[in-house]
Amino acid sequence: MNKASAIKKEVMNIIQTDSLFKIYNEGKGNEVRALNGVSLSVEEGEFTAIVGPSGSGKSTLLNIVGGLDKPNSGKVTLNNIDISGLKENELINFRLNNIGFVFQAYNLIPVLNAKENVGFIMLLQHAADSEIHERVETLLEAVGLEKQALKRPNQMSGGQQQRVAVARALASKPKFVLADEPTANLDSKSTSDLLDIMENLNKMEGTTFLFSTHDQRVIDRAHRIITLEDGKIISDTKEK
Amino acid sequence: MKTLLTIAWRNVWRNRLRSSIVIASIVLGIWSGLFIMAMTLGLNEQRMNSAINTYLSHIQVHDAGFQENFDKMDTISQSSTLVHQLDTMGQVKAFSKRLVLQGMASTARGNYGVKIMGVFPGQEQKVTNISQKLEEGTYLYKLKRNPILIGKKLADKLGAKINSKIVLNFQDAANNTIATSFRVEGIFKSVNSMFDEGTVFVKYPDVASLAGFNGEIHEVAILCNNINQTETVKQRIRTSNLVESWDELAPELGYAQKTMGNFIYIFMGIILLALAFGIVNTMLMAVLERKRELGMLLCVGMNKKKVFAMIILETLFLVIIATPLGISLAGGTISYFGMHGIDLSVVAKGLESLGIGAKVFTRLPLPMYWDITLMTLAVALLAAIVPARRALKLNPAEAVKAL
Repeated sequence: MNKASAIKKEVMNIIQTDSLFKIYNEGKGNEVRALNGVSLSVEEGEFTAIVGPSGSGKSTLLNIVGGLDKPNSGKVTLNNIDISGLKENELINFRLNNIGFVFQAYNLIPVLNAKENVGFIMLLQHAADSEIHERVETLLEAVGLEKQALKRPNQMSGGQQQRVAVARALASKPKFVLADEPTANLDSKSTSDLLDIMENLNKMEGTTFLFSTHDQRVIDRAHRIITLEDGKIISDTKEK
Repeated sequence: MKTLLTIAWRNVWRNRLRSSIVIASIVLGIWSGLFIMAMTLGLNEQRMNSAINTYLSHIQVHDAGFQENFDKMDTISQSSTLVHQLDTMGQVKAFSKRLVLQGMASTARGNYGVKIMGVFPGQEQKVTNISQKLEEGTYLYKLKRNPILIGKKLADKLGAKINSKIVLNFQDAANNTIATSFRVEGIFKSVNSMFDEGTVFVKYPDVASLAGFNGEIHEVAILCNNINQTETVKQRIRTSNLVESWDELAPELGYAQKTMGNFIYIFMGIILLALAFGIVNTMLMAVLERKRELGMLLCVGMNKKKVFAMIILETLFLVIIATPLGISLAGGTISYFGMHGIDLSVVAKGLESLGIGAKVFTRLPLPMYWDITLMTLAVALLAAIVPARRALKLNPAEAVKAL
């Protein structure tokens, strides 16, 4: 591999982890090795699922990649920035401007309506009102909720709330979206709709998606499947 | 900031019942605190005013030795110069010259020690309010010879009525004991039962001629246009005699007035401290109930300063709603009872012995409302710090999964 192609490959890796170790209760009787030397690279625009049984380290990996937790050793490089060197406030800013989050329990702000929830992150970025308005309209339309724009979370179904959460995650045009079990609380129809939306946004906006899941319906739709077991990657399959 | 304000405001109303209870408790706390302050201040002020209006006046002048031994020979020197000065001072509303003797009032029923005040009724009437406190009779102008005004309590003890004879015993200037009968022209009842029991008023010429004084006086009581001019007038009086203001003559009154202000703030501070615990408790509950949401905010990039500010704003909103309500409610009731008074006639005897009437008129100076508002906001701000700090300690990765 010549030098030019190596640089090109590095630039394309939006997420890169090197030998991540995460050990809980280190040195105690109840020590848990959640990650055992995980190294992976995710390229820009990938639609990747991390799968594995409970306790395999999926959520720990997503937390570390999302800058919410720190590894005991190893390196996380996101968008060519080594986040282990960032201070807390820098990390918060980095998350704000580079990462979209979708949570299993939606975690919308209950006192804001769908439109306000989607635009919330852009407000934190101090985006202009007109820009927020335009982006929110586009995203709500993309997730099929333009008519629910003024509804608050408690007036929407779980599926609708998760679609709002996806729109929120994408509002700030993040480099990648991390989704932790995004369909765990959804029925089949909602799961299918959500996956359609996520896949479309992945294609339309080129946003990288990395999600952890148990759900076979999600696994079937992923373009790349990374399987974890006991904190180690045991397989990494890309669709042809 | 607008978003933070919006979220904080809406968060306040997420649990309407809880927020309403907190608001109601702050309103009641402020109201009760201010009302008790106004009542205490009113009581103290009434006690002070009744003393000033009944016997003390704003300033008194005596010979330097008189107040120590009440020696009848310690009369005011150069009293005519003093009187001339007072006549020309615009800030002096009125003054009264008095001959003050210690003596005994006797009837067939008994003898009681009294302070005999020899006064010029026309002057005295302008300085003290005894003429307005007559329960029976008239004010030293009807009877030509030796009229006397006595208090209701003394009248009851002596069994004296209007036109009854009372014998006054006292020493004259040559230390001879004089016993002369006076006829009761009026019976007064002030708000101070101890004063009513121990003070009698007679005409200066009557008592002075008997006691061998010819124009000498022991006391000049001075009333200023208002109480705030006391110190100025006192400083302007040029005399070798002792000039004392009301708070020097009755230090307990002045001291009470000064310490009352501090006491009020301490009292209100205690109430606010109790309220602060309520606020901390409520806001901590609100934070712990919203762990997942706060965790999400920290995850998606809301910095800790903003999360902290949001919780502080929520607390401040509760207080900002409650404080004007509490202050308005207190202002309304204080002003109502300031005009109509609170009837405490069930404990009238006790109050009268303290020199306070049976009706208490509440009063609270305007700056105190402002101070209490600031105190409430400051306490709320301090109370908000605890839950806000708790929110910052959340681990976002764990908090987003919290139930």
